[in-house]
This record gives sequence, structure tokens and C-alpha cells, in this order.
Amino acid sequence: MSLAVAVEFLTPMPARRIVQLEDVKVRFGAGPTSFLALDRTSLTVHAGDFVAMVGPSGCGKSTILKLVTGLLRPTEGEVFVAGRQVGAERVGVGMAFQNPTMLPWLTIRQNVMLPLKIVEPYRSAFRAEKNGAFRDRAEALLAKVGLSGFGDRRPWELSGGMLQRANLCRALIHEPKLLMLDEPFGALDQFTREELWSILQALWMEARPTVFLVTHDLREAAFLATRILVMSARPGRVVEDRDVGFVRPRTIDTTYEEGFTALTHGLRSSIMAARQSEAKAS
Amino acid sequence: MTVTARLREHLNSALLIAGIFVAWELACLLFHVSPIVLPRPSQVVSTLVVDMPALWPNILQTLFTTLVGFVGGMTIGVLLGVLVGVSRTAYNTAYPLLVGFSSIPKVAVVPIFVLWFGSGTIPAVLTAMTTCLFPIVVNVATGLATTEPEMEDVLKALGATRWQVLWNVGLPRAMPYFFASLKIAVTLAFVGTVLSETVASNSGIGTVMMMASANFDVPLAFAGLFALAILGIILYAVFAVIEHRICGWASRKTELATG
Repeated sequence: MSLAVAVEFLTPMPARRIVQLEDVKVRFGAGPTSFLALDRTSLTVHAGDFVAMVGPSGCGKSTILKLVTGLLRPTEGEVFVAGRQVGAERVGVGMAFQNPTMLPWLTIRQNVMLPLKIVEPYRSAFRAEKNGAFRDRAEALLAKVGLSGFGDRRPWELSGGMLQRANLCRALIHEPKLLMLDEPFGALDQFTREELWSILQALWMEARPTVFLVTHDLREAAFLATRILVMSARPGRVVEDRDVGFVRPRTIDTTYEEGFTALTHGLRSSIMAARQSEAKAS
Repeated sequence: MTVTARLREHLNSALLIAGIFVAWELACLLFHVSPIVLPRPSQVVSTLVVDMPALWPNILQTLFTTLVGFVGGMTIGVLLGVLVGVSRTAYNTAYPLLVGFSSIPKVAVVPIFVLWFGSGTIPAVLTAMTTCLFPIVVNVATGLATTEPEMEDVLKALGATRWQVLWNVGLPRAMPYFFASLKIAVTLAFVGTVLSETVASNSGIGTVMMMASANFDVPLAFAGLFALAILGIILYAVFAVIEHRICGWASRKTELATG
């Protein structure tokens, strides 16, 4: 814990930029049916940040994730990850969606190990290590999220919450510098979700990857993030940028403190304002 | 499914088959049907046994032709299916052509093959191949083309190449479609072989049946039918077993439902 706090004290100092969006515009489709999903968005994220993006639905949050992972090219503007332009070469980022997308023909452990098969430097060693160190590594990670003993199960034998834990493991197994989470806990019940917040926080404090979290849940954003970005309605732009300074590790009790409630309340007002401006525009 | 439930299902299937044969036998006896019109099952089976030494090489010939045609059709079918299925553009472009080809009656292509290659085994192999080709192409392509984009995105975000995505997600995902088509394709390959054998060949079950009906040896013609049905069931069962071993994950719902 003391280490994590120390790192938080360091973040205001000039840290390494890991993600940079410069005047990015994204237009989907062509002709009269086309629409602008993102409008002149600029954004800088420093290494080790936990960034949460909130905003009205359809505001382009997932579009930003896709830009950073290289799944989508900007119509205008530029996207840099770790100083290199995205698109020429994909960066090996970890990714988890709301739908756990576990491959049904593989066991949970094989699913978790999948990135090791793709990403260098693990890829070259995969064949040799398949049943040795990599297997232990997957099991250790599964144990951290409370899934020890489930490695040999098939995805359909697990509940939604368990699948989402495994999904987190798959996103983290190759120790990515950048972790993209697209509403990963959106389909879970309140208690499972809060439990997974704590697990994710612990994993983040341990390895300190840069995290991009897209969420609809303001408590989730405030609980997990070091920084919250509020997006405007479509076409999306960042309209608010807040640092979140609660001491880590945060607990569920933190979410009932006054400062926390004030923060989520403030976020809610910002998003409502963004929605109303959209209603006026249309 | 529990073991007893499965046993009962098998028992029901066996009873149905036995019942039909018994009814057929009794009807022929009761209405004094001539064996030239419709032989009794007992006559067909005894013909099958008695004429087995003469039938056996023809059965092997038909089986060999069918399997060669089937393997050829499967190889080309998978390659074409992957080619068409990997990109949505290719899928949409090629689909009408595939539907057009698959709706050509295969009996119409036999004379063309005979014209090109003469009568015998080659046109039979080619007919078997073209008959079983299209279900495989269409199924493999559909399996690939309907892969959930999110499954692919997980790998693409990791920096996977197109080939890696295909190998790790697309192909395994298309496996159940592929095996479903194999079960149909192997029976269709028989249809193709026999079709060609009845038109232009001097060996194989199709030829035997043609000659038998020309000689009014109806029990022998029926014996040929029986042999074909048995071969068809055996090959179908072989692929059903392989499918279950490889794609058990795709039929999980029934297993879950019954515990």
C-alpha cells in the first residue's frame, strides 16, 4: 500500500506519455447517412494512469478504445501509443469487453493463455512452455481472481461473474502496458461487480499497467480511476477531466464517504448537462 | 442425456426399422405380391448373402469411388470455403455463384464428365466430388463469416495477424458447421457415385443395379439398395462419432439441459 501511495504522489511530475490523441476526428459511413462519432478530440494519458471514461450513451467512448488498440483508424488527426503512431503496427494491449467472449472450444486455462500464443516474446516459447511455466502462470493468475481449480472447466460451465474474472485474467496474462476495458462489469449484479472492482484494483496496484476503462457506472469510475474523463454527447469530445485522489486501496466503504458521493453527484450533473445539450441540438 | 434414455432412443430406432421390415414382409405375403414387382425383405437379404461373392468387389468399387470423390470434395470444399469465408466482401460476391452451381442437378453433369474422361471410375469420382462439394463450401464459409467480431477483436488488439485470427478463432469456430456438412456430404457422395455408375460404368453397385433391373432380377436390384443404405449409415456414423469427439463443445446445451 505504501508503495502505491508513493507512486500516486509521483504522478503529478512529468510522467511518460503512453497514449496521445491529437485532434482526432472519426466519421462512420459515407454520404448523407454518415455521422461524426468523435470531433477534434485531444487526450494525453501518462503511464500508470487508471483512466475512466464516462458519458452519455453513444458518445464515442468505445470508439476511443478502438482507436488506441488500432482496431479503428481515425478519419483525421493522429493517435500515438508509446510514442509510435498506431496503425502501422498494433501494440500488444490487453482487452476485455462486456461480453466475456471466452472461446467455447477451449478450457478456461487455455482461454487465459491465448495471448501468450500471439504476443512476443511469449509466442516463441509457447510450444515449449505450454505445460510448464505458462500453465503455472495462468493458474496463479486465476487463483488471484478466485478461480483456482476452474482452469480445466469449459466456459459454459461458469457463471457470468466467473467468466468475467477469467476475462480479466486473459487481458492481463501477458502483462500488457496498456489495458482496455469496455464496460467489463456491465452485465453483472451489484455485489459481484463490487467484488471485481476490488480484485481489479489489487491487480492494478500490483503491476501498474495503464488502464482505460469505459463505463456507465459512475461509482465504478470513482472507485477505480485516478482520473475521470467526461465525454459530451455525439460527436464526442472530452468536456471534463478530473483527478481522483482517494487513498488506495479503496474499499466499498469509501464509496459511502462524503467526498466520494460529492464526486459521483458532480459527474452525474455533468453527464445530464451533456445529454440535455444533445436533446436541444436534435 | 442419461444412459438409459439414450438406450431407449436406440431401441426405439431399431424397433422402427424392424417394424417396417416386418410390415413389408407380411404385406407381400398377404397380398401375394410377385418378387418381380416387390421382393420380400427376407428374399432381398438372402440374395444379398448368396450373391455376396459377386457383389463384394462392386461394393468395394463403389465405396472406393465414393471415398476418393469425398476426400477430393472435402479438400477443395474446405479451401474454397475458407477463401470465400475469410472476408465479407468475398462471401457476398461469391454466394450467388455458389447457389447457382449447387442448384445444377448433378445428373446433368455426368454426360459431360463421360465426354471428357470416358466411362469408368473417373467420371464417377468427379460426380461424387461435385455432388458433395457445395454443402461443404457453403457451411465452412458460413461458419467463418458469422464469427462474432468481438472474438476476433480480442486477438486483433493483441496484434494478431489475419492468419493467427483465422487459425485460433475462425477455423475452430467453423468446425461444427464443417462436420454438419460432412455428414450430409458423405451421403451425397454416394448418390453421385451411383448416379454415374448407372449411366456409364462397368462396375460398382450402380452398374449391378442397372443390369439386375434389365434382367428383371428385382431382388438383386433391392440387394444393391440395401448395400448402399448400409454403407451410407456406416459412413454417417463414423463422421458423427468424429464430430462428437472434436466438436463436443458445440452440442453442450443438450448435455447441460439433462444434467
